[in-house]
Amino acid sequence: MTAARFDAESAEWLRLLGGAGPEREAALARLHELLVRIARREVGRRGSRLRITGPELDDLAYQAAADALLAITGKIEQFRGESRFTTWACKFVIFEVSAKIGRHFWRHPAVQLDAEDWDRLPGRFGFDPAQEAEWRDLLAALRRAVNQELTPRQRDVFVAIVLNDVPLDALVLELASNRDAIYKMLFDARRKLRTALDANGYLRAEPSRHT
Amino acid sequence: MNGRDELDRFLRTDPRDVGCAQAMDMLHIYVKLVAAGEPAEQRYPGLAAHLSACGPCDEDFEGLLAAVRDEDH
Repeated sequence: MTAARFDAESAEWLRLLGGAGPEREAALARLHELLVRIARREVGRRGSRLRITGPELDDLAYQAAADALLAITGKIEQFRGESRFTTWACKFVIFEVSAKIGRHFWRHPAVQLDAEDWDRLPGRFGFDPAQEAEWRDLLAALRRAVNQELTPRQRDVFVAIVLNDVPLDALVLELASNRDAIYKMLFDARRKLRTALDANGYLRAEPSRHT
Repeated sequence: MNGRDELDRFLRTDPRDVGCAQAMDMLHIYVKLVAAGEPAEQRYPGLAAHLSACGPCDEDFEGLLAAVRDEDH
């Protein structure tokens, strides 16, 4: 690794963390301090939307910082200097906060994964109950498309995220998968459902893209 | 926005969407550009498309951007 492509501050972080002895220990302690600070702010930023409070939030922040520090030291060779080192490093603590919040969801789940309450669908998209006559056929068509067009796995992901409001990061853990794979499954499901509804005139056609 | 518009928006997919793996890999670069006031969306349209559709990645983006801005002040 050459320091020439890194800004001075990043190069210094790399030198210290790549070294040994008290200098490296001091740099690790300073990095951990930064990660704890970022994690605490981040759980605070998301806190009002979480069902986590008080000491649990603080524990979550410390766990996220500790795991992020391990990830950073394990992947430090992958840092290519495309941002400041601290920006790259902070990314890992943000990811750890997300993962830990996802894990926390299953401690007190508000829904069962196998629940399937289609009555939630209108509220999920903000359909006005007073105007049910205008959207009843559309949502019936959507339900038919979910049952007929999606693969079983795509259907499970759609039901969990859309009907049951399970956070994507929580579903990742339950299905022993990863965020990219679950997102891709939902992406493909959305595309199929839109195509099915379009074909039957339930939605507006896709606009042409000008890029 | 009514229910039909919201459903339409949810089902609309962008073929430029890079997915979570690439978005997470490049998030620090994207955040650096946004924090510097540079046109990140134009530089990385596929990543911008992804962030507008993926709640968890957008949450991470907002968190990292806030962290960078807080540390700079």
